[in-house]
Amino acid sequence: MMRLERRSHVPLHLAIIAPLAAILTALLLAAGLIAAADVNPLTAYGEMVNGAFGSRLSIAEMLTRATPLVFTGLAAAVAFRARLWNIGGEGQFFVGALITAWIGHSLEVPGWIGVPILMFAGMAAGAALLAGPAFLRLRFGVDEVVTTLLLNFIVILFVGLMIEGPMRDPLAFGWPSSVPVDGDYRLPDLIPRTRLHIGLLVAIAAAGAVWLILARTVFGAETRAAGLNASAAAFAGISLPQTIMGVALLSGALAGLAGSVEVMGVTAGVTTTMSPGFGYAGIVVAMLAALHPAGVVAAAVFVATVFVGADAMSRATGVPSFIADVIVALCLLTMIVALLFTTYRVRR
Amino acid sequence: MTKVLELHDITKRFGALTANDDVTLTLEEGEILALLGENGAGKTTLMNILFGHYAADEGSVRVFGKELPPGLPRAAIEVGVGMVHQHFTLAGNLSVLENVMLGSEPLTRARSARSEARKKLLQIAERFGLPVNPEAKVRSLSVGERQRVEILKALYRDARILILDEPTAVLARPEAMRLFETLRDMTKEGLSLIFISHKLHEVMAASDRVAVLRGGKMVAERNTPETTPEELAELMVGRKVERPVRHDHEIGAPVLVANNVRVEEGGEVRLDEVSFTVHAGEILGIVGVSGNGQASLGGLLSGLVHPIAGRLILLDEDIGHLGPRGMIRAGAGRVPEDRHAEGVVGELSLWENAVLERLRTPEFSRRGFVRQRAAREYTSGLIERFDIRGAAPDTRTRLLSGGNMQKLILGRVLTNGPRFVLANQPTRGLDEGAIASVHAELLAARAEGAAILLISEELEEAVALSDRIQAIVKGRLSEPISADEADPQRLGLMMAGVWKENDDAA
Repeated sequence: MMRLERRSHVPLHLAIIAPLAAILTALLLAAGLIAAADVNPLTAYGEMVNGAFGSRLSIAEMLTRATPLVFTGLAAAVAFRARLWNIGGEGQFFVGALITAWIGHSLEVPGWIGVPILMFAGMAAGAALLAGPAFLRLRFGVDEVVTTLLLNFIVILFVGLMIEGPMRDPLAFGWPSSVPVDGDYRLPDLIPRTRLHIGLLVAIAAAGAVWLILARTVFGAETRAAGLNASAAAFAGISLPQTIMGVALLSGALAGLAGSVEVMGVTAGVTTTMSPGFGYAGIVVAMLAALHPAGVVAAAVFVATVFVGADAMSRATGVPSFIADVIVALCLLTMIVALLFTTYRVRR
Repeated sequence: MTKVLELHDITKRFGALTANDDVTLTLEEGEILALLGENGAGKTTLMNILFGHYAADEGSVRVFGKELPPGLPRAAIEVGVGMVHQHFTLAGNLSVLENVMLGSEPLTRARSARSEARKKLLQIAERFGLPVNPEAKVRSLSVGERQRVEILKALYRDARILILDEPTAVLARPEAMRLFETLRDMTKEGLSLIFISHKLHEVMAASDRVAVLRGGKMVAERNTPETTPEELAELMVGRKVERPVRHDHEIGAPVLVANNVRVEEGGEVRLDEVSFTVHAGEILGIVGVSGNGQASLGGLLSGLVHPIAGRLILLDEDIGHLGPRGMIRAGAGRVPEDRHAEGVVGELSLWENAVLERLRTPEFSRRGFVRQRAAREYTSGLIERFDIRGAAPDTRTRLLSGGNMQKLILGRVLTNGPRFVLANQPTRGLDEGAIASVHAELLAARAEGAAILLISEELEEAVALSDRIQAIVKGRLSEPISADEADPQRLGLMMAGVWKENDDAA
């Protein structure tokens, strides 16, 4: 009979191997689908890597995609640490984007003041959107998985309503888009003549800040204690409602910031198609990172590679680019299995 | 007598750890063998090998003269070995009958043979003196009744050798005594029994023969009538262990006073008209059969539940409405009933657990940041002062043994200079050595003038430590008696609810 035995500690090399093994397995599984489309998987994956790393432009494009994923990955990681299951990153991303476009269109202050104001507005909007489900859970025990997930659809429909109506951009020639943020509030390019903007640096700084909060502050210690053993935390006098609400505000703010930075850095206006599922992919990023802020940056780069590379692969080989979604989703499943093997050891 | 079970030269290694080292053990038909040893001595591993959960690295298992294939629980079940685990493996939402049948019917059969099964179960229950209602949902049963279902489950599979892993760990004293009587009756029906234990008094009371394991080795076998608890304790621990003794001293002023406190939880009255006073330098023992309101009393004095009537006064301050943090600030130290569930966060380091209660004090944080160096230094101090073995400040707390974990919790509580200490089942599940250290620490705190309320289900412990004792029955407290007046008969009556003449509370 096979048994699972808990490991006394997770060795560092396993913590690093686990996500790599998960990714490898997911790629192997997806190779079956690629082969079914009559394409040599090695060729396809070669095109994928080439599409993401083959040139200065493609690397810049990949990092542009990685930027919002870092934010949404951090949002999920922070929430999951406290066992707050925020599946609403997508909705928080969109409210952050929408409020940034709305205020950024009519704001009349210099850029160096305006950009922080707009970021703060996006964060506040995302935080507010998650505060509701967090309150419902704390007050009435409503499952936040359901509320945050369903809010995503409500928010996206609301975005549709706004960009067809009050926030419609008259210059967009019928293409449904909101009014753009003022040119003063567009984020400067990081690499000239690419879409890569300084938002990437903001994202990396955010990862550092989140690490600092979780590892060094009283709030971080209380968050980890509450997530790992809520009864012991409560017994020791840690207020669970305060901690959960604090985590909700931080998580929502990070996802909202993702939307805000994406608008100021890339799209200028809001469209319902501006996110290929950044919020949902953030969950995968957080899981691949084992909820570690530093890992989030690396995992975001990987997921962005799949997204960007899949487009190139699709053009070169004819495999539909939806394969990217399949790979990312498979990674979530394989990572969950990999985490099982890092915390437990199989014995016979 | 015939040998029904023989374990020969069993060795089992887990990495560097040798859990069983060349262990040989036999069981005679119709006897009760106690397998005695401290936590980690290898008792459970040995029984898991017998039952086929683990395969031994060396050695063989013979049941009724036939060798068992290693690592196959089904083979063990088929030859008539049944195991009752310490943590029950029952489905609460199913009935007793369904739980008993579960796993013994082939999945391929379309209709389950419920009525035959019911008949067989009732027959077994009758024969072995284990009365049970087959239709009752397991969820609604008491712990003792659930254990009975576990035993019936093994007997239903025609077990002739029964292994019980720490069967009294979850039982109160009277329930445990009843269990042992039942086991004795079962041997008359031809069953042979092994029970695992680290409690000397029940080994002495209930077994025919004792096998003592220490550090994975079989160190001694004795016929129970020919040995003494003192000898067994020394064999088990490997050295002489003596529990510390309480010395009389001056009792100080009242520190914690409860006055007619009433607590409701989940719409039910859990504590009613509860009054007591704990003085400085005094240990007040609260004894009782488990489930009589100890959990609510513990919650009340931890700041987790609040009285709906009556007052709880700590040094002139009404603390009834305070949460855990307020209680700590008011001078209360709390040792929770369940170390793992409430005492520590196992995945965090020792130092994080050591300062968990005081994260927000200036001692351990500044401007919202944790003062890690101060916290680590404080924890190093605790490790040294409270003799927490095999650990550094950065060790993950769940790796500590129960005794060392309890020392960490005691250290965290006692170094805060508490005026009042709640010690809720402070030695539950600990081995002899650790019990002695916990007792010594509590007595030291008493000598320094702390007022201590001890909730215990172990009568020996309550009598040894307490200056005065009150019994808790159905959420009400008896009048206190002094420790000198406490003899087992009197305490037994008090725990049954008889504490006054003309009392109708029983």
